[in-house]
Amino acid sequence: MKFVDEFREAGVIAKASAEIRRLAGPHRHYRFMEVCGGHTHAIYRFGLKDVLPPNIELIHGPGCPVCVLPMGRIDDGLSIAQDSGVTFAAFGDMMRVPGTRGSPLEHKARGMDVRIVYSPLDALKIAQKNPEKHVLFFAIGFETTAPSTALTLIRARSLGVRNFSVFCNHVTIIPAIRAILDSPGMRIDAFIGPGHVSTVIGCRPYEWVAKNERKPIVVAGFEPLDILQAIVMLLRQLNSGDARVENQYARVVPWEGNRAALKAMAEVFELRPFFEWRGMGFISQSALKIKSSYAEWDAEQRFHVPGVRVTDPKAAQCGEVLKGALKPLQCKLFGKECTPEHPIGALMVSSEGSCAAYYNYEHRKSDLTTAGVPV
Amino acid sequence: MCLAIPAKVLQFSGDEPTRALVEVVGVRRYIDTGLLQDDPPRAGDWVLVHVGFAMSKISEDQALEQLEMLAKLGEHEAALEEAQGYGSFEHDSHETPGRESGP
Repeated sequence: MKFVDEFREAGVIAKASAEIRRLAGPHRHYRFMEVCGGHTHAIYRFGLKDVLPPNIELIHGPGCPVCVLPMGRIDDGLSIAQDSGVTFAAFGDMMRVPGTRGSPLEHKARGMDVRIVYSPLDALKIAQKNPEKHVLFFAIGFETTAPSTALTLIRARSLGVRNFSVFCNHVTIIPAIRAILDSPGMRIDAFIGPGHVSTVIGCRPYEWVAKNERKPIVVAGFEPLDILQAIVMLLRQLNSGDARVENQYARVVPWEGNRAALKAMAEVFELRPFFEWRGMGFISQSALKIKSSYAEWDAEQRFHVPGVRVTDPKAAQCGEVLKGALKPLQCKLFGKECTPEHPIGALMVSSEGSCAAYYNYEHRKSDLTTAGVPV
Repeated sequence: MCLAIPAKVLQFSGDEPTRALVEVVGVRRYIDTGLLQDDPPRAGDWVLVHVGFAMSKISEDQALEQLEMLAKLGEHEAALEEAQGYGSFEHDSHETPGRESGP
């Protein structure tokens, strides 16, 4: 069964699919990267590959914040909490992510005060209600979540909450796109731009991709039809020799982004000179740190940070998969040593990682097919 | 964390002007609208919420589409769990977050 059949707009999907087939030159192979993990998840969930012609290849990009976080940063965050006896607060997505000595949940089982929060403001509230404790919020995410952390820090300072700090792991999407384009041997024809990151940063920051790199980029929504429409728009640009930034998701993404969110980020954060990305290595100016004016709320300035570096297992080929050089299935560990239950590589860690998405939908589907079970 | 959850703004709390009571996937929760200061939502408006903060205003049609989308992506449960989590550490008696009664 094709997942897209569930849609009442099956007819519209079929039309978009036919348009893609009409536009795609039969003798050309297209490589489109969807930057955002949410798109990767949607592409697998809806079986969109089944409605695309075989000469359109979707490469899954680096836009899964949990996946690209180096294990050393998890170790650092947990060791601050351990050594200083502070409360460790993080989003639910982080709880099962393995550090060298176990995940946050495993640390909780060993007695650490670990709290799942759904908003950084909730971590601040825990601090306010427990003045005898120090609460460390383990911040993670692209520009979608960074403004929320920024506003929380602004609140913490204006309310004078001094038993609260942030261990900042926020990263920014543009340098990751640049790193991908700069990788040797990389061939990507065009990009499907991230939807929710762009509600914050808008569409202008992508203009260099079009102007300097001559790659079309279309910011897209997350419905199957959104993604297919974005592919139609990319093909039209390629066919006419254009390279522009287009906004397929204009119903949510303003061209100029969200100025209040950008202002909050500028008040609190500055760029780190470089930051390590799991599977991609060090990328310059690719992450945010807390400004010295907020030093009191910056866990890295307030506590001793061991600065742990953990190299990914050599056998895991996350970097190659992340840059589109290998398909998840081509990695030696995929589905064997490395599964969503026991992730070894970065891309198996979160459901938005391309290996986990591939494993959950494609791989299991083919398992069922070989077992003779109708799917 | 990366989920965008549509919520309908019900009312603003008096003392904190950016704090809004919203209905989100069938539960009532407080969220922060401080990141929409340039074009603040009003009661009755729909917003997309990320990690307890309204990030953009959307139309009711888009909100309903988005809810359907979450269900199709199999993320409805995660959205509900996340929404129920917002402000889960508040137990002040004048606040009435909780699941809506009725159909």
